[in-house]
Amino acid sequence: MKIRATFVMALRALRRNKMRTVLTMLGIIIGVAAVIAMVAIGNGATRQVEDQIASLGQNVVMVFAGSVNQAGVRAGSGNAGTLRIADAEAIAREIPDAVAVSPEVRTSAQIAAGNQNWFTGIQGESPDYFAIRNWPFEEGTSFTDQDVRSSNKVAVIGATIVRQLFENEEPLGKVIRVKGVPFTIVGVLHSKGFSIMGSDQDDVVIMPYTSCMKRLMGVTNIRTISIEAASPDKIDLVQDMVGDLLRQKHKITEDGDDDFMIHNQAEFTEKATAASRIMTILVVCIASVSLVVGGIGIMNIMLVSVTERTREIGIRMAVGAHGRDILLQFLIEAVSLSSMGGVIGIVLGIGASKLLTIFPPYWPTLVSPLSVALSFMFSACVGIFFGFYPAKKAAALDPIEALRYE
Amino acid sequence: MIPVIELRGIERTYSSGEVEVRAVRGVSLSIEPGEFVAIMGASGSGKSTMMNTLGCLDRPTGGTYLLDGIDVSKLNRDELADIRNRKIGFIFQGFNLLSRTSAIENVELPMLYSHKRLSARQLRAKGLAALGIVGLAERAGHHPNQLSGGQQQRVAIARALCNEPSLLLADEPTGNLDSQTSIEIMGVFQKLNEQGITIVMVTHELDIARYTKRNIIMRDGAVVSDVAVRERLTATEELRRLEEARHAVHLTT
Repeated sequence: MKIRATFVMALRALRRNKMRTVLTMLGIIIGVAAVIAMVAIGNGATRQVEDQIASLGQNVVMVFAGSVNQAGVRAGSGNAGTLRIADAEAIAREIPDAVAVSPEVRTSAQIAAGNQNWFTGIQGESPDYFAIRNWPFEEGTSFTDQDVRSSNKVAVIGATIVRQLFENEEPLGKVIRVKGVPFTIVGVLHSKGFSIMGSDQDDVVIMPYTSCMKRLMGVTNIRTISIEAASPDKIDLVQDMVGDLLRQKHKITEDGDDDFMIHNQAEFTEKATAASRIMTILVVCIASVSLVVGGIGIMNIMLVSVTERTREIGIRMAVGAHGRDILLQFLIEAVSLSSMGGVIGIVLGIGASKLLTIFPPYWPTLVSPLSVALSFMFSACVGIFFGFYPAKKAAALDPIEALRYE
Repeated sequence: MIPVIELRGIERTYSSGEVEVRAVRGVSLSIEPGEFVAIMGASGSGKSTMMNTLGCLDRPTGGTYLLDGIDVSKLNRDELADIRNRKIGFIFQGFNLLSRTSAIENVELPMLYSHKRLSARQLRAKGLAALGIVGLAERAGHHPNQLSGGQQQRVAIARALCNEPSLLLADEPTGNLDSQTSIEIMGVFQKLNEQGITIVMVTHELDIARYTKRNIIMRDGAVVSDVAVRERLTATEELRRLEEARHAVHLTT
């Protein structure tokens, strides 16, 4: 028996019961669409996280002031006051692959310009910071190393500050007062948008770390040191060297606890994407259950169909159909059902992914061709797997019994 | 000449649980090409079992069955299916057409399972030719539910003919038809038989059996009578007589 004729026969049988066919396919359609949309959402989220981490800068190694154990009392990380400017200077001086180094302090304060005021975050950095974070200027320039040495009252502001304080005004050269201290604006940063955590990265005033420490905070220790390695393969080397150097400077013995922590970009990326990856796997698993349920639906309907068409099977056998002709006919019917469901599901899944990016909640989605190919193959396999038993049952019918069936 | 059917001591025993039912007990007979045979008997006489055996739907439990010189009593399921496809045309009491499938497609069905590779166009041509023989060529596109009982049975006959079988097997072919249509169908059989086609028919209606050439009567699984038909009826003659009778009734009222 010709395969093509069998296909035509199977499709015709499916067309005869349109409603039933559609309802049977529904399980597969929903399953496949869900898998594709979920994978697309997962991929989109992962991609977004990766992009945002990349926007933090490339090849970046961060040193955090660690927790310290003083007489049994452990201070939280960053509060230990163990990192000093001298540490940052030593790193810049002694590690050649650390091409950019920026000590960092952070505070927040009410700032004012003219009759406007705004509460925002204040960062003290070195001029290297803008290179490390790959952050271009909208206008003006960075403060200079000389500004750092002299603790000059200059600042660079983010796009949000411009919007809040200098609506319709040229901010360059203007003065903002931070805790009563006037700072002259020398540069305006290009907008970076929201971070992974949802905070506004542009809502910031950045000034020389010396100015921030002396004039605003009155501290001598720093919170973080951002370091850029010369190239991606130097990250580990830089990380190790920084560790050794700081242990030596802080006089930490072999078996002592580090009073700082070092993380690099790759770790952040991994941690941030791991969560979304696990979420994706979880949701895909749930969606796969719906595929299996869809398969059982197909098996159910095929069993009904075999029973309904017992007489037809008898007629076909009487006029010379072999068991395998009947098997093939029902198998093709089941596979057509499931793969048509698969195709419709793929179309719906891709459509849903696109809609999610265009309409609220504006999730970034990324349809993976692999997920499309896999879910199509999976749906076809569901047809073969769940169609086999009913088809086998049909093929094993006794022609005499089948012809007599009412 | 090789007989179309040669049965030697055919036995068919059904064993359901502990009870053994001997449905056919040692039937031997032979049917030559060109014969037109009616097998008759009360229900339970074993004629249906005989029919299934003759139609290669069932295997005898004993004896030898030569169909067209081939011993079919030892063949497996698939081989039997091929024999049915090539050598036998089936006609059933309930027509057994595929519903929601056009007449022509019903006729083409056995050719789909044939070993001969035919193009779609060849299939259509042979199907139309077979429908032409039973006078339904112009109804090729109709579905069974758009056809009368007699027309449906004609489609079934066309389906039986399309693979040019050695034997037409009809199981109560007029059982679901009124008397006039029954005679018409018998007319079709007689015409086919005149062209040399061998026909074996199971019926319990004596007057229908009189259109055939040979009557075999079975009882309790054995042949009790096997005689040539005397005073054979011809369908054309009977139809003409019916028409005249109706005309006469029409005149008197």
